Amino acid sequence: MTEQATPTPHAVSVRGISKTYKGGFQALKSIDLDIRRGEIFALLGPNGAGKTTLISIICGIVKPSAGTVSADGHDVLRDYRLTRAKIGLVPQELSTDAFETVWAAVRFSRGLFGRARDDRHIEKVLRDLSLWEKKDAKIMTLSGGMKRRVLIAKALAHEPSILFLDEPTAGVDVELRHDMWEMVRRLRATGVTVILTTHYIEEAEEMADRVGVITRGELILVEDKRALMRKLGKKQLSISLKSPIQALPQGLDEYALELADDGATITYTFDAQGEDTGIAVLLRKLGDRGVDFKDLHTLESSLEDIFVSLVRGTR
Amino acid sequence: MNLPAVRAIYRFEMARTFRTLTQSIVSPVLSTSLYFIVFGTAIGSRMGEIGGTSYGAFIIPGLIMLSLLNESISNASFGIYLPKWSGTIYELLSAPVSPLEAVLGYVGAASTKSVMLGLLILLTARFFVPYSILHPFWMVAFLLLTAVTFSSFGFIIGLWADDFQKLQVIPLMVVTPLTFLGGAFYSIGMLPPFWQKVALFNPVVYLISGFRWSFYGQSDVNVVLSAGMTVAFLLVCAVAIAWIFRTGYKLRS
Repeated sequence: MTEQATPTPHAVSVRGISKTYKGGFQALKSIDLDIRRGEIFALLGPNGAGKTTLISIICGIVKPSAGTVSADGHDVLRDYRLTRAKIGLVPQELSTDAFETVWAAVRFSRGLFGRARDDRHIEKVLRDLSLWEKKDAKIMTLSGGMKRRVLIAKALAHEPSILFLDEPTAGVDVELRHDMWEMVRRLRATGVTVILTTHYIEEAEEMADRVGVITRGELILVEDKRALMRKLGKKQLSISLKSPIQALPQGLDEYALELADDGATITYTFDAQGEDTGIAVLLRKLGDRGVDFKDLHTLESSLEDIFVSLVRGTR
Repeated sequence: MNLPAVRAIYRFEMARTFRTLTQSIVSPVLSTSLYFIVFGTAIGSRMGEIGGTSYGAFIIPGLIMLSLLNESISNASFGIYLPKWSGTIYELLSAPVSPLEAVLGYVGAASTKSVMLGLLILLTARFFVPYSILHPFWMVAFLLLTAVTFSSFGFIIGLWADDFQKLQVIPLMVVTPLTFLGGAFYSIGMLPPFWQKVALFNPVVYLISGFRWSFYGQSDVNVVLSAGMTVAFLLVCAVAIAWIFRTGYKLRS
């Protein structure tokens, strides 16, 4: 019998996880990561960064070369029965039992994870995912998007408290993507911790509470999404000029200004968090120097911009 | 023990059998019936008795074993290979399922199918050849033991195979020849003395001999030795499976 674990605020705790595959490729380099209970955590990274390897280690599919992982305070190797029963996984690949019906496949998953038969729960999951009408259809007859829903239904069949979504919306249309975001929010509202990997920064920006960036097997950043965007985000003012100019006017060196190649636009990059953005003074100084403008607009960096600059910075 | 998981795997595998009834049950019964017609009725009627048993009746245990071995291996190997091939193995690997529970589900279902098939062939044989079963309890025991042993062996093949060719190579290139040379159609005593000794290195000889003893009370080798060899092979398979799951060989990278 396993001892009752000390209550921990972390749904998942990763300590010093490294993974080197047989061929010598080091997929993960001493990763430390805590996922808070009830949060939506987005793990971002380019292809081959190690996202799926990390998820696979936590779920017990891949063996770590070093380090430990605990879920709900239990070691995932020693107490695998306890931890795996709490975890649901939606894999990246559309791996389905092609010849089975949706209902049979989802019921199988519930049993596999040690839960007694509960047709009402399975019905609810299928209805929530708009799969109820397809319950008697063979999976091979479904579209890619519907198969993705089946994988999610299978992962939710045993009522996990921690859900891993590995590229959940890869290859699905916009409507389905928004449906899935809605579903993830509903799950979070019921207390489920959601960890998702994604290529779509928009997805992380839309849903995540916190963001982790992994590249070349190293976790280079874990940060609250809003704090990250505040900290690393930039704001820019784009000034469209009435008449093009050849060069930036003298005496404006204190401002980070860039003149477009056609001479018709000046871009001013400023600290969005600063008390004084300096915009009013800059515009006055431009006017004093005979530079008139016809339009102004501001731009804010997206999470994608931040992600790209972070990943490029490690190269 | 995660009994719901064992039940889920077992039911899932049995459902696959009933979904592919023609391939799983009808086809092997039909092909074995052809053996009965050709060797039992047509050729068998012109052959003498072996140890007081008509040739047609003599080959029944061997033919059942032939199907039992092939189907046990094929069912179990395909059962575990299919999720590996399709990628759905991730679910089994991430589920709270111990190696023993996985084996109980997959091997249990494969054995059930094989035993069902063996009994169906036995019933079918009644249409072609009269026979008797001297030791029904031991007949069932040998049937079960062989089904479980070779389903375990098939499970290992399914875990080991990483393409469809490997899945077929051992049943086709090893098991079928050993079964044909293991006394399915003749008594080992009919071979020249040298080949009789060589035949004793064939493990299938012990299976068929023991099984035939349960029908007619006659065997090529001592029945205790037959049962002992089968149990020993089962233990070897169990150790191999335990090792595969412990090390993650071809399962977990």
